[in-house]
Order: sequence, then C-alpha cells, then structure tokens
Amino acid sequence: MPEQLAFTIEVFLNGLMAGVLYALVALGFVLIYKASGIFNFAQGVMALFAAMTLYGIMNGQVPFAHLINAIFGTEIHYFGWELPALLAIVMTVAVMILLAWMVQRFIFRYLVGQEPIILFMATIGLAYFLEGVGDLMWGSDIKTLDVGLPQGINETIDEATFNLFGYGLFIDNLDIVASIVAIVLVAALVAFAQYTKQGRAMRAVADDHQAALSVGVSLNFIWILVWSLAGFVALVAGIMWGAKSGVQFSLSLIALKALPVLMLGGFTSIPGAIVGGLIIGVGEKLFEFWIGLPYLGGATENWFAYMLALVFLVFRPQGLFGEKIIERV
Amino acid sequence: MFYREAGDFSTTYPQDSQTFPIKFDRYRYYVVLFIAVVIIPFVINDYWVNSIFMPFLIYAIAAIGLNILVGYCGQVSLGTGGFMAVGAYACYKLMTGFPEVSMFIHVLLAGGITAMVGVLFGLPSLRIKGFYLAVATLAAQFFLVWLFNKVSWFYNYSASGQINAPQRDTFGILITGPNTEAWATYMFCLIFTIFSAVVARNLTRGSVGRQWMAIRDMDIAAEIIGVNPLKAKLTAFAVSSFFVGISGALFFAVYLGAVEVGEAFGITKSFLVLFMIIIGGLGSIFGSFAGAAFLVLLPVLLKIIGVDWFGWPTDIVAHLNLVIVGGLIVVFLIAEPHGLAQLWRVAKEKLRLWPFPH
Repeated sequence: MPEQLAFTIEVFLNGLMAGVLYALVALGFVLIYKASGIFNFAQGVMALFAAMTLYGIMNGQVPFAHLINAIFGTEIHYFGWELPALLAIVMTVAVMILLAWMVQRFIFRYLVGQEPIILFMATIGLAYFLEGVGDLMWGSDIKTLDVGLPQGINETIDEATFNLFGYGLFIDNLDIVASIVAIVLVAALVAFAQYTKQGRAMRAVADDHQAALSVGVSLNFIWILVWSLAGFVALVAGIMWGAKSGVQFSLSLIALKALPVLMLGGFTSIPGAIVGGLIIGVGEKLFEFWIGLPYLGGATENWFAYMLALVFLVFRPQGLFGEKIIERV
Repeated sequence: MFYREAGDFSTTYPQDSQTFPIKFDRYRYYVVLFIAVVIIPFVINDYWVNSIFMPFLIYAIAAIGLNILVGYCGQVSLGTGGFMAVGAYACYKLMTGFPEVSMFIHVLLAGGITAMVGVLFGLPSLRIKGFYLAVATLAAQFFLVWLFNKVSWFYNYSASGQINAPQRDTFGILITGPNTEAWATYMFCLIFTIFSAVVARNLTRGSVGRQWMAIRDMDIAAEIIGVNPLKAKLTAFAVSSFFVGISGALFFAVYLGAVEVGEAFGITKSFLVLFMIIIGGLGSIFGSFAGAAFLVLLPVLLKIIGVDWFGWPTDIVAHLNLVIVGGLIVVFLIAEPHGLAQLWRVAKEKLRLWPFPH
C-alpha cells in the first residue's frame, strides 16, 4: 500500500473525528433553533463556560475569587478540595440548567415574537456576557481539563495497521472516545425526542408554537428544557475540546465553525448537523493536505469550511437536509 | 416622529428638500460642526486624540458603512473586520507604491478597492438570506485575514508580517508616521467622517436608500413593485464596503501606524462594529455616531473608574467590560430595539412638547 494513500486515509479518519466534534457543537444549535427559532450564537461560549465551570468545580476554585479579592482586598482562591470528575459533571449540569432557566426568564421571555435577527443579535450579546462572566468567575488563564479520558496515540490501531499495510495509522484515543460519546449522545437525544413525553412536546413546539400551546404544552417549560439540553451538549463538547486543546477562548471560536456545518446540513435537521459536520471535518483536512499545504502555504482550515458553505449555499440555499424555504409576500 | 413643525415654513423647493427639515435640528448640526471643526483642533492634545477622538471618528465611519448594509438594506454582515483589512492593506500598498500622491487620494482609493471586494462577497446575498448570509460573510472575514497573512506581496515581504505606515503627508502636513501632530490627524479623520456622514445621509434619503429599505422590509415585495434586488443589494454592499474600507485605511495608517492583520482586523472587530450599530440604532446615521461614541467611551470610562479609582487589575476591568457590553446589548434589544437613536428621538419629542404634552 503506497504511503500517500495511507496518509490520505489517516487524514480522512482524523477529519472524520474532527467532524464528529463539529457536529457535537452544531447539535446544540439545531436543538434550540428547532424548538424556538432562536439561532443561538452563544452555543460556543456556552461550551467554554461549561468547561470552565467544570474545571473550577473539580479544582475547588472559589467563583469570582479574582473580583472578590480585588474589591475586598482578601486573598481567597480555593476551597481546598478536589471533587471527582463525575460529581463535578453533575454539578456543572445543574449550573447549565440554572443558566438555561435564567436565559429564558430574563432574556427570551421578553423577546417572544421578535424578528429572528433580533433574537440572533440578543444571543451575540449573551455570548459576550457569558464570556465576561465566565472569565470573572473562573479566571481567563488557559486550563487543562482532565476528566480521566484516555489520551495519546491508540497503539492497537497503530500496530494493527502497521502489520496490515506496513504503515501505522496515527489516531488519538481521545478522538475515538469523543466519537463514541457523540454517537451515544445523538442516539440518546433522538430516543428522548421520539419516545418520551417531553420529547414529544418538544417536537410539537418545533412544529407549531400555537398549535402546541393550544393542546396544553407549556412553551416556557419546553424552552427551558431545550436550553438545558443545549447546555448539556455544550458541556460534552466543552469536555472534549477542552481535553483536546485546553480550556481557552479559542474554544468559542471553534463553535463558529459549527455555523458552516449547520449551513451545509440545514438548520433544522439533526442528521444534517452530523452529516454536515463530517463533510466539513473531512473536507477541510483533505483540502489542507492536498491543496492547502503544498500550494497555498497552509492554515487553510481557518476559512475552508466557510467558503465551502458559501459556495454550496449558492446552489442549495436550504442546506442538504433543511426544510425547503418557501417565501410569501 | 416629527417631519415638520408648525411655524417652520419652507418657501422654495430646495428648502423643502434639505437634509434637516426642522430648524432646531439644522442649527444643532451647524453648532456641532462648528465645535468639531473650529474649536476642538485648537484645544486637543495627543491623549484625547489617540484614546477618544480618533477611534470614535474612525469607528463612526465603519459603523455608518455597516449600518447602510445591516440597518438600511437588511443584509447582516459579520465580515466588517475583513473589509477593514482590505482597506488597510490597499492603503498600505498605495502608500508604499506611490509615495508622492496625497493621502486623501490613497484613502479614497482604498475605499474604492474595498467596495469592489465587497461587491464580490455580496454576490451570494442574491441567493442567500438572513442567518445564512451572516455566516457566509464570515467566509469573507476568515478568508481575507488568512490571505493578508499568507501572501507576502501584501505586506511587501517584510519579515515580521506586519505592515507599518510610512511617513506621508497631504498638502505639506504630515498625516501618518511617528511625527504627526494631534490636530492634523484629528482633522484628517474628521474630514472623512463628515464626508461619510453627509454622503450616507443623502444616499439613504434618496431613491437608492428607499430601494435599500424596501429590500430590507421585504425583498420579495420590493421586487414585485419594481425594485431591482441585484442592483439594490450590490450597491448596498459597495457603498457599505467603501466606508468600511476608508475606516480600515484610517485605522491602520493614521490611528495605529502598524498592524498585524489577525489582531487588528479579527472577528472581534466585526462584532464590535456590529454592536455599535445595534446599540446606536439600526437604520440611523446618528445612531452610528452614538453607538461608536458609546463603545469607544465605555472601556475608557471603565478603565478610569476601575483601574485608576479602585485600583483593580486591568484584566478584571476588561472582563467587566465584556459583561457590561453583552448585558447592554440584551437590555437594548429588549427595551429599545432601535437603540440610542430612538431614545434620543423620543427624548427630543418629549422635550419639544414639554411642558404641555397634550
């Protein structure tokens, strides 16, 4: 087996793994967009915030320690305990649910019925707010989040492929775990939406707000539920990305890359988010490998996803799986 | 909203169609112009120019540009930073290529080049709408920044990858470089700001502006009543990018002097300008100024209060700034979606009727 082909396969697989992570972030967007028509720009910052909170709780940081010290001249930093990862995750989920409630209670309750673009801008404001609060609460230094996920090269695959092709494929354990978690998460979400009472209510709201209201579904509750779910997805994405490249501001920029994923897949489709994520992940890695590095000087990953989405949308404005856009005067 | 006032008659057609139909507005406008042009240059010093006036004037131009696209034509763009970079690099190439030409020409040409790039990235807007377009403009943002980073022709093969504004003058007065005087750079920016505001104001109340607003309010309906969406959208992109390009050129050449593209014209810049027009008021020239003033002054004020008075570390103040800006945007969108401009309008109306509102 020629080296070049093996390289390509490796790049392809790594792209697939990256795509899974993009899809994970994109999933959070789709959940909220379907249920409330809000295009939640803050999804990335939510992932960052969740990862920071998880780190803070695990290491027993005092929230707002920096600010409190500055105001009162005290010197407090840590509670002095370290929590096991699982307990910390549960507590972080609680924080994200609280956040969902607050977002619904203090922002979007007042914006019901506004134009989508106003809602979109409100979420940009929310993103900045949350970023500032996150930094104030937990400090803005880069943190290495370690919840006990396996890291480093997977030696079994390396050896197996070396024996088969004479070339060991380099695949990170973390990527494999992330893919499995993402698949489980998607399956769980689909099952939740299909088979539970709340899931049905959620789908009803997504179909038609007024009809859902008229059969007794509480919009308020569903929206809080959806924001909580998005918060949970954000937490998972935050853990994965945080373990991969540290908890830092760039995490929220990675979420920007979920946008072209959504555009490819269509804003309203969960399978679309996944397929879109895989296409973008594989596409940008292969483009970088074949064209970017040899001809364009590298770092094409920064813009390839957006350009792909841009070109794609010109031909199919609703994305791959989106509902057909019908416009009326 | 008042368009005309009792007792304020116009007897000729030019009077009837002037920019500020209400006498009070007109005089206020003249007073502001007078203060800005005649008084401020004589009392200004380096600190005021560099920390307040120049960023305010330059961001005001960018905000006017973006407001034309988002506020008047309804095409949401997140690519402002990228287009500002185009203006800056165009200006740099012109400055180094033709050193003897006046800076005025360079800045205007930089605007023109940006307008062309803007039209290019505006083309998809004919097919893509709403959020999809907003994300598509991100392509412009990231692609342009990458381009200016990678292609060394743009920064004249300098080792650092930065661009540095060489010393240039206009009418014998130094405008760029380290040896400029406060009043000169101030006046240079001010002239462009006034120019942009006058052009934008008159464009938006004329036939082109009405076409933009028709497209914004409902593009299909506008198309049916005879507005050409191709022309309207592309002119909006062109005019908007022209102003944004001018502001980028000024931002680089006059204000910063040296620029690293990813840092100065990154995605955060796009959002900053977008916030300016949201807080200031979408679809309002005054709002662009108000928003720019607000977001330029807020960090300065916070820094004075937090760092100088309370002695907090600067990073806390920077984070508080984020919290406040984010919070304000949400508050504004809930309480007053039309921003500071609308608040100003309402206050003005209330005051003019005061104390007999009925």
